[in-house]
Amino acid sequence: MKIIVAIKQVPVRDSNLRIDASGHWIDEDDLSYEINEPDAYALEEALQLKEKHGGEVVALLAGPERGSQTIREALAKGADRAIHIECDDLASLDTLGIANRLAAAIKDEKADLILTGLQSDDLGLGQTGVVLAELLGIPHATIIMQVEAASGSIKVKRELEDGWFQHVEMPLPALLTIQSGISKLRYATLMGIKKAKTKEVRRVSAGDLPQAAAATVTIERVYLPEKKKETQLIDGSPKEAAAKLVEKLKFEVRVI
Amino acid sequence: MSGILVVLEHRGGAYNRMSWEALAAGQQIASASGQPLSAAIVGNDLEALSGELASKKLDKGYRVEHALLKDYTADGYVLALEQLVKKLEPEFVVLPHTYQVRDFAPRLAARFGQVLLADLIGLRKDGDNFVFVRQLFQGKLNADYRHPGSRPCFLSVQAGAFRAESLEAGSASVESFAPQLDASSIRSKPDAPFREAAQTVDLGSAPIIVSVGRGIKEQDNLPMVEELAQALGGEIAASRPICDNGWLPMERQVGSSGQTVSPKLYLAIGISGAIQHLVGMKGSKTVVAINKDENAPIFEVADYGIVGDLFDIVPALTEAVKKAKGA
Ligand SMILES: Cc1cc2nc3c(=O)[nH]c(=O)nc-3n(C[C@H](O)[C@H](O)[C@H](O)COP(=O)(O)OP(=O)(O)OC[C@H]3O[C@@H](n4cnc5c(N)ncnc54)[C@H](O)[C@@H]3O)c2cc1C
Repeated sequence: MKIIVAIKQVPVRDSNLRIDASGHWIDEDDLSYEINEPDAYALEEALQLKEKHGGEVVALLAGPERGSQTIREALAKGADRAIHIECDDLASLDTLGIANRLAAAIKDEKADLILTGLQSDDLGLGQTGVVLAELLGIPHATIIMQVEAASGSIKVKRELEDGWFQHVEMPLPALLTIQSGISKLRYATLMGIKKAKTKEVRRVSAGDLPQAAAATVTIERVYLPEKKKETQLIDGSPKEAAAKLVEKLKFEVRVI
Repeated sequence: MSGILVVLEHRGGAYNRMSWEALAAGQQIASASGQPLSAAIVGNDLEALSGELASKKLDKGYRVEHALLKDYTADGYVLALEQLVKKLEPEFVVLPHTYQVRDFAPRLAARFGQVLLADLIGLRKDGDNFVFVRQLFQGKLNADYRHPGSRPCFLSVQAGAFRAESLEAGSASVESFAPQLDASSIRSKPDAPFREAAQTVDLGSAPIIVSVGRGIKEQDNLPMVEELAQALGGEIAASRPICDNGWLPMERQVGSSGQTVSPKLYLAIGISGAIQHLVGMKGSKTVVAINKDENAPIFEVADYGIVGDLFDIVPALTEAVKKAKGA
């Protein structure tokens, strides 16, 4: 089975986000980046499917040079090779523009299965995978918590709201968007890190791909949410704050 | 092109509550832009759902009916709604941001060369156009979006962002729309939805819940929070990553994929307050948040907050609770 996993770099969790001078996006200068969390689970699922059924795992990333680090980590964990669409203009594209690039870069790969995370921690639009499936003309399913592959088809477990699930079967090739927690993430081994250095990374320049249409939606302004609720902030040393909070819980909330 | 089309969701013969919130958003766009509002439901045999739809303030209702739409599939919904959108040529298509909408709406929008402006928390008219507000970075920042060019403009709205109570009543005719579908174009076969093994804890009825998030860092640190829960006489619960890691069983997960709770006291420790968590607990009577990040979105729903390191505050709080209880 040939599996392509689309991965994205996002600012590391708990980064101190500052809005840039233009007010359109965040200041990226001092940020460090890591793999988007659901994408890490998508990669894990791909590696497990390969271990069970054989085949190949190809990591796919669109982004600037810093993306090489995340690609190296995917290769160290066990991806066989990678495709890096090199571009600095992601912020100016919409989902359709990005999915178009991804589709163009992999159309000759003839993958059986394409996995993506269900959404990114930065934009959170949750559509790159679904739109990619549409552009490739293959079926898809989202928020996946389990994948069982048979020959020519797969059965997946979709997460629904409120603790409900559903099994869905579909023919291959197909695209799935993977939910965090589908399985336990592995760490790269020393051996894996060594091997990664010898693995192939195909670099595709965005300029060589078909020109994407102009974005249909644009971000006009990024800002801190204005607070609507009056939160009583309790200050002091941990001990003082704890004592004050207990007073509130006793006399205002009346749960003690 | 003109008009607003709202697509409503239903399951097991009843409307999803978020459908009415999407309709409220649709009414807001309709009254701001002076355009007609229509709403559609998709399925098979929708007669019984028509009555409630007809009692809302809208210009027209549509039952998109076909035997192949009996169970939800992305292919079926995309094909059927593509035909309805082509017929009505609305300027806006509004949907509730449910898991089902996440599944099909991006694909539907792509058929029209559009993207879905997903998970909106607000919108307002500005000049001839609209500004759409959505969250970035899991609620840490907001962004104003514009969709200046071609139509239709596809929108989905976040749970709780528009108020179903503000929905205006009226009377509308609901007509049937029969899309052209054939079985071979529906590639996936869904089974019936199911729940995992019966739950042994019922967080829904707990008066006090102490909930822990990724701020706790390691499983070995959990006893600290369990001790506080015990001192308060509350149940322990968690955000998703804690259950994903297997540190607590999934039945203790609060949020859109987990349990919905409304205790007298919900104490959120090291939880950032992503929307998928908030929808499960914002009905709590009192929310207390402990977080080192003063801008964490959890403070948006908190009545009381302590900004600081949970590793200092939680033990101090356990001590103080014990002392107050005279133990
Ligand atoms: C379809 C879907 C369904 C989902 N369903 C759910 C669901 O049901 N329930 C759910 O919870 N999530 C759900 N999620 C995930 C959700 O989006 C968030 O990723 C998750 O809630 C984050 O959990 P968290 O707040 O514990 O972690 P984080 O977002 O990582 O937050 C950790 C917080 O801890 C604080 N912190 C760190 N260290 C300390 C310290 N020493 N002292 C004090 N504070 C500290 C940080 O400031 C931060 O605010 C879902 C996501 C999707 C896409």
